[in-house]
Amino acid sequence: MAVLDEGFAALEFDALRSAALERAGELGCRHADLRVEKIRTQSVTLRDARLEGAVDDLSIGMGVRVVRAGAMGFAGTVATDVDAAGQLVAAAVDAAAVAARAGGEAVELADEPEHGVVEWAASYRIDPTEVPLADKVARLGAWSAGLLRARGVEHVTASLLCVAEDKYFANLAGTIARQQRVRLQPSLEALAAAEDSSTFETMRTCAPPVGRGYEYLDGEGWDFTAELAELPELLAEKLRAPSVEPGAYDLVIDPTNLWLTIHESVGHATELDRALGYEAAYAGTSFATPDKLGELRYGSELMNVTGDRTTQYGLATVGFDDEGVEAQRFGLVSDGVLVGYQLDRRIAAAAGLGRSNGCAFADSPLSIPLQRMANVSLRPAAGRGPTTAELIGGIDRGIYVVGDKSWSIDMQRYNFQFTGQRFFLIERGRLAGQLRDVAYQATTTEFWGALAAVGGESTYLLGGAFNCGKGQPGQVAPVSHGAPSALFRGIRVLNTRAESGR
Amino acid sequence: MSGEPVSGLPAAAQVVEEALAASTSAACVVIVDELFDANVRFANNTMTTNGVRRDRRVTVVSFAESPSGMRAGVASASGPVEPAGLVAAAESEAAGASPAEDASPLEPTGADPAFAAPPETTDLGVFAALLQELRLAFGAARAEGRVLAGFASHEVRTTYLGSSAGGRHRHVQPTGAVELVARRPDGTASAWAGRAATDFADVSLAALDGELRRRLGWAGRRVDLEPGRYEVILPPDAVADLVLELDFAASGREAEDGGTVYSAGSGRTRLGERLTALPFEAWSDPAAPGLECTPFVVAPSSNVDTSVFDNGLPIGAVHWIEDGVLRHLRYHRAGARRAGAAFAPPADNLLLALPGTELSCDDLVARTERGLLLTCLWYIREVDRPTLLLTGLTRDGVYLVEGGEVVAAVNNFRFNESPLDVLGRTIEASASERALSREWHEWANRTAMPGLRVAEFNMSSVSPAS
Repeated sequence: MAVLDEGFAALEFDALRSAALERAGELGCRHADLRVEKIRTQSVTLRDARLEGAVDDLSIGMGVRVVRAGAMGFAGTVATDVDAAGQLVAAAVDAAAVAARAGGEAVELADEPEHGVVEWAASYRIDPTEVPLADKVARLGAWSAGLLRARGVEHVTASLLCVAEDKYFANLAGTIARQQRVRLQPSLEALAAAEDSSTFETMRTCAPPVGRGYEYLDGEGWDFTAELAELPELLAEKLRAPSVEPGAYDLVIDPTNLWLTIHESVGHATELDRALGYEAAYAGTSFATPDKLGELRYGSELMNVTGDRTTQYGLATVGFDDEGVEAQRFGLVSDGVLVGYQLDRRIAAAAGLGRSNGCAFADSPLSIPLQRMANVSLRPAAGRGPTTAELIGGIDRGIYVVGDKSWSIDMQRYNFQFTGQRFFLIERGRLAGQLRDVAYQATTTEFWGALAAVGGESTYLLGGAFNCGKGQPGQVAPVSHGAPSALFRGIRVLNTRAESGR
Repeated sequence: MSGEPVSGLPAAAQVVEEALAASTSAACVVIVDELFDANVRFANNTMTTNGVRRDRRVTVVSFAESPSGMRAGVASASGPVEPAGLVAAAESEAAGASPAEDASPLEPTGADPAFAAPPETTDLGVFAALLQELRLAFGAARAEGRVLAGFASHEVRTTYLGSSAGGRHRHVQPTGAVELVARRPDGTASAWAGRAATDFADVSLAALDGELRRRLGWAGRRVDLEPGRYEVILPPDAVADLVLELDFAASGREAEDGGTVYSAGSGRTRLGERLTALPFEAWSDPAAPGLECTPFVVAPSSNVDTSVFDNGLPIGAVHWIEDGVLRHLRYHRAGARRAGAAFAPPADNLLLALPGTELSCDDLVARTERGLLLTCLWYIREVDRPTLLLTGLTRDGVYLVEGGEVVAAVNNFRFNESPLDVLGRTIEASASERALSREWHEWANRTAMPGLRVAEFNMSSVSPAS
C-alpha cells in the first residue's frame, strides 16, 4: 500500500504541531501532547497449507492529550488536516472540563526534560509489511505442508502477524520525536488424533514474537527449520504420553514458558498504577503495594528482575515513550526484594517518586497513553551458569516445562495457573518422556521464593506477546520478557482432566 | 459537546460508490465503518482518563477470477484514504493470494433506501446525568469509607456496505456499558456491578452504588472456606462469562478437524447430539428485543467460519441449542456446502434461556440451603480444548448462602470448570434477563442470560486476592 503510505509521508507535521500546541497554549493547558501515527498491520492465516484469510490495514490518525485545570482530557481522530488538529485540542479540553466537573484529585505530571528534536529507529533490516502477501503465503504454505507430510499430523494452522509503526510526537515542553519500529509474530500449530479419535493433542511452535524484521523468518534469532523438523515427533510422543499424577514437583521451566509467568506475576504486579488502585475496576490491583517497597521479599535471592525499554529486539522497546520520556532501564526486584515500579508521568507524580521511567504507551493514535509494561526480564546466572541440561541433571523427580499455552491470574496477582506446550517427566536427572494434562498452580511470592537455580546466558531467550491487554477502553500492547531456564522447588501440579471431573 | 473531532472526511456512502466505481475486478465489496466513541473512567474516587474518539475504517475486498478459482484480496485503512488507492491495494492483494477455499458467488442482496444517510454520533454529553450522580457518589464514598472505581463508555458505529452485485446496506449500532467497583480502603471487601446501556437514559449510577453498598454490608461477617466442590448461584452476568465461551468455541470446521468440545471424532461433529439434560435454548437473533444488532453479514476478512464472499447476506435467528440439543455450529456458505450443514452466520448477540421458569435470581438464593453466591468471575481462560475446561477466579464478591440468605462474605477461589458441565449440573435457572459479562463485554455486549443454581462447582484453590 505504498500509494497510501505517501499520504502519511506528505503530512505537514510542523503545521499540525503548531495548530495543536498553540491552540492548547491559548486554552490554558498546562501540558499538551500531539501524536500523529501510521500503523500498518498485516495478518495472514493458512489452514492445512491453504490460505484462509489475509488482511492488510493502514491506520493513520492523530491524538491529543491535555492537562488543564488539574484534569486530563483526550481526543483522537482519523482526520489529519490542520483544522482537525485545532478541533482535536478543543475536544480534549472539553473532556478535561467534563472530568473536572465530577471532582477529584488534581492531575500532575512528573517533570521530564525537554529533548528537542530527536529520531529513533528499531534494529531491523526488512520491514515485514513491505514483503508481498504471495511470499508470506508461500513460506507459511511450505512450512505447513512439511508438517502435514509427517506421520500422524492431521491438521496444521499457520499465521503471521506483521506490524510497522511510524510515530510523530510533540509536546508543549518542546520535545519532538520521530520514531519507527516493526514487529512480527509467526505461529504454526499441528493437531494429531489417536487412531480411535479418543484423544486429540496439539502442539504450537515456541518461536517468540519479536521486534525484528522479516529476516527473523530466515533464521536470524530463531531456528525455524530445526523447530519444525522436531515438532511432529514431539506431538506424536505427547499423544501417547501418560496423564500426569497430580502433586508437588520440582519444575525446570524453559524461557519459552517462563516469560509468561514473569509477565503475569511480576510485570503486572509492579505497575504502580495498579498497586495504587487506579486499575481496580478492570485489570485489578497488586499485592506489591508501595508501603512494601524495599522490604517485600518477592522471591529467593536469585531473583533479579529489571524493566527495560531499551532491550534490542524487544517488543516494548522505543527511544521515547508516549509522554516524551526517554527510554530507560530500571530495577524491579533485586536479590529477591521489591525495589521499583513501572511508571508513567501521572503516576510518578501521584506517588511522589520523581521522574517517570518511561512506561507510557498508547496502542493507536486514537487511544490515550497509559502506563504499559516495559520489557520485564529475569536476569540469568552470572558467569557461564548452568545449562538447561545441568538444571535437569540436579533433579530427582520433576517436570521440564516448555512453551506457553493457557494462563490466568487473580486481580491482585497472587494466585496463578499455567499450562504449556509440552511437559517432560524428569527422573534421576534425566528426561523420561512427556506427560499430558499438566497445569502448574502457585501463589506469586511462594513460587518465586521456591526459585532454587537460574540458568546461564546460554539458556536466555527473549519471549513475549503482541496482545497484553489493559485499560478501558481496552488497549493491547506488545511486550517482551527475557528469561533463562530456571528451577523451582516443590510446585503444585494439577491434572487438568481430573480438574474437569473426568 | 462542542469541538467534536470531525473534519475533512467525505461522506461514507460516497466513499463506497467511488471505490466500487474504481474497481477493475470481477467483483468488489466496500465496507465503511464510522465510529464515534466517548468514555469516562475513574478510580480512587477521582476521574482519571476521559476522552472521545472518531474513527473511520474503509475496507475494500476485491474478487479476481483465475483458472484455478476465485481469489480474494483485502485492504483496509483509516485516515485520509483515497478510495481508488485502496481498491488498487486490494486488487494487488488478490493477485498475490491463492484461490479462496471459501469462494461463493456474491449475491445481489438488495438496497437500503437510507443507505446514503449520514452516520449517527455520540459525545461526552451522553454521560451528563451519570456524571452528576458520580460527583455525589464520590462525596458519599469519601465520607463513608468506600473507594469507587469504574468506567462508562458509549460507542455509536454506523456501518455502510456496498457490493458490485448491487447490495447497499447501512446499520447503526449503539453500544454502551457502565461498570462500578466499590472497595473498602483496607481491602477487606469489594463488589462489582455492571450494566449494558444503549443510550444511558435508563442507567442509574446511584442504583448501582446502592446495590454495591448492600453487598459491602454483607461483608460485615467474613468466613474462610477451603477449596472443594460447592453448590453455587451464578447471576446472569457470571453465566454470560461462561456461556460466551461455548459460543466462541462453536466453529463447525474446527469441530470437524477435531479436538474441540463439539468434535465427535473422525471428521464428525456433535450436531444433533444432546448436550444438556435440561432443555436449554441458546440462540442469536439480530431482531431480539433490546439486543438488536447488525442484520447482515459484515466480513472485512475471512476466517475459519466467516467469509468475505458472504458480505451483505441477511442474518436471521440461529438456534444453536434447542431443547438441550446442539442444532447449529458456525459455518460460512462454502463451509456449510462442504459439510452438508446449514449456513449459520453469528449475530452480535447471544441469548440463553431455560423455558418455563419464572424464578428471579434472588429466588435462586432463597431456595439454596447452603451454597456460594458468585457475583463476579474473572480472568477466564481455556485450559483443555476437548472438554472446554476453563480456569478463572472469583472476584469482587463471593458470599455464603445459608438457609436461603446471604450470611457472610467468603474468600476468593480459582475454579476449573467446563461451561457445558455447568449447564449439565444445573439444578434450576431463573428467567433470562439482560446480562453484562465482566470478562467479555467489550467484545460481546449484548447478552441475555438466566441465573443458574449449579451443583458441585469445582473450586480448585483459594486466591488470597481481596
